[in-house]
Amino acid sequence: MTEAVIVPAATKASGERRFLGALGRSAKGLTGLFLIAIVVLCAIFATGLAPHDHAQQVIEWRYAPVVWQDGGSTTNLLGGDNMGRDILSRTIMGAQVSIQVALIVVSIALVVGSTLGALAGYFGGFVDTIIMRIVDFQLAFPFLLLALIFMAVLGAGFATLVMALAFALWINFARIVRSETMRIRTLDYVDAAITMGVSQMRIIFTHVLPNVLPAVLVVATLDIALVIISEAALSFLGLGVQPPTASWGVMISEGRDFLYEQPWIVIAPGIAVLISSVGINLFGDFLRDYFDPRLERM
Amino acid sequence: MADDALLEVRGLVRHFTLSGRLFEKPRQLTAVNDVSFTIRRGQAFGLVGESGSGKSTIGRIIARLTEPSAGSVSFDGVDWLALRGKALRDKRRDIQMVFQSPYASLDPRWRVRDILAEPLKSYTDLKGTGLATRAAELMQQVGLNPDWLDRFPHQFSGGQRQRIAIARALASGPKLLIADEPVSALDVSSQAQVLQLLRNICTEQGLAMLFISHDLSVVDHLCQRVGVLNRGVLEEVGPTSEIFRSPKSDYTRRLIDAVPGKKRRAAERVVHA
Repeated sequence: MTEAVIVPAATKASGERRFLGALGRSAKGLTGLFLIAIVVLCAIFATGLAPHDHAQQVIEWRYAPVVWQDGGSTTNLLGGDNMGRDILSRTIMGAQVSIQVALIVVSIALVVGSTLGALAGYFGGFVDTIIMRIVDFQLAFPFLLLALIFMAVLGAGFATLVMALAFALWINFARIVRSETMRIRTLDYVDAAITMGVSQMRIIFTHVLPNVLPAVLVVATLDIALVIISEAALSFLGLGVQPPTASWGVMISEGRDFLYEQPWIVIAPGIAVLISSVGINLFGDFLRDYFDPRLERM
Repeated sequence: MADDALLEVRGLVRHFTLSGRLFEKPRQLTAVNDVSFTIRRGQAFGLVGESGSGKSTIGRIIARLTEPSAGSVSFDGVDWLALRGKALRDKRRDIQMVFQSPYASLDPRWRVRDILAEPLKSYTDLKGTGLATRAAELMQQVGLNPDWLDRFPHQFSGGQRQRIAIARALASGPKLLIADEPVSALDVSSQAQVLQLLRNICTEQGLAMLFISHDLSVVDHLCQRVGVLNRGVLEEVGPTSEIFRSPKSDYTRRLIDAVPGKKRRAAERVVHA
């Protein structure tokens, strides 16, 4: 009898296997994952993958055409920009900035938003009123405007960019976690835990948050795409990452004056933004389908 | 007789305020109105009534999941409603609850092992293998295979899930078990088995039970004493056999007549006469 019990969780892997199975059958999920993988690998191995130093300026590379056009060479596969820098190298380095910003921003927003949302949903009453009025107040402002105000007050830079975006995003998590918590709070297994002498905080961390997690994961993936686009937008407006750091937004902003001389200064980072946001959105859609409670899997 | 009383409920009242619509005064609903009864050690007490009669509210007040508006509950010589915070959390081990739906009372993301460990972690110092051994014992006690500890609730049938919920309620070694309609969410074939299990466990362990049900025949089968609840008012209390054979109040009589089997038997008697 005990021998069967001591065996460590034998079906532990079954959850992951089921997830991988569902992923394998989903064209959406696989495409999304593939596109995300490209961007993430570029970000991780940026320095190795980039053929040149992203800040290196070579006078002959100025407006160098892309490789398949007349005069193009394999030295600069996507050509050179107005300052004689290699566009491909800068685009690859840009992935690093975007992924960094996205992960940091979403992590901060997720932790802060989920905690406040869980507190509001679980305890209700006064705590709920205070937190949700702040959320309502913030909802009155468009996301990008809020980030813009924040950047305008605190000045541009990497740290303020992260803070501004996290500040604008936490309400997404707070709202979804609050409503899910309110639903879960009334379920019998929470009452059962109360009758078993489990403390409120423990209930929030062992019952409520794990059951909210699927919804949070979906919001998080979709928000990563939003952050990548917003980072590009703010950098384009000159309020985000500062040159000469190669961010996609910075590149598009710099390149728009030279569209006739070398359109690829803008096209390359544009495609990069497209690939990452499409990939993440596809994968987020797949996650939402997978976690949808209506498709109860046995 | 009074000194072997485990639970004494006196003058329990619970109001609910229904928030009125715009420009409408909030109305007050009295779900439980001046209810008093006593449960003795090792005794099964049935609480019957139609839905909405306040029987679940009484169960939840005794389980300290809701506070009453007035009244007193004394449990095992302690002023049960006065307990707060840490003292309450610690004392909760003595009153455990089996909920109506085993689909909602077991966290779908937890393995049975963890579900059974939850009360054990609160109330015992067991760890690691000790925890696993105790969980396996509990599984056997409710007639489930201990090899199933690593499964998730959704891998079990309704009856099996309710057995897990019962095992969990037994884990802390309670003195009183509150069973709130424990079989009404189950299919008929597993109802009898779960009821039999509850009955056996209570007799074997000398466990007192507050059995809440709308099903008179089940209460008749399981409980020594019964209280009949009508719109929050306790119509009558007494030994089950007495009340069901010679009901004093009209309401109880109507409730008994509403049991399908009885009606048919009564009808047959008329036909045969």
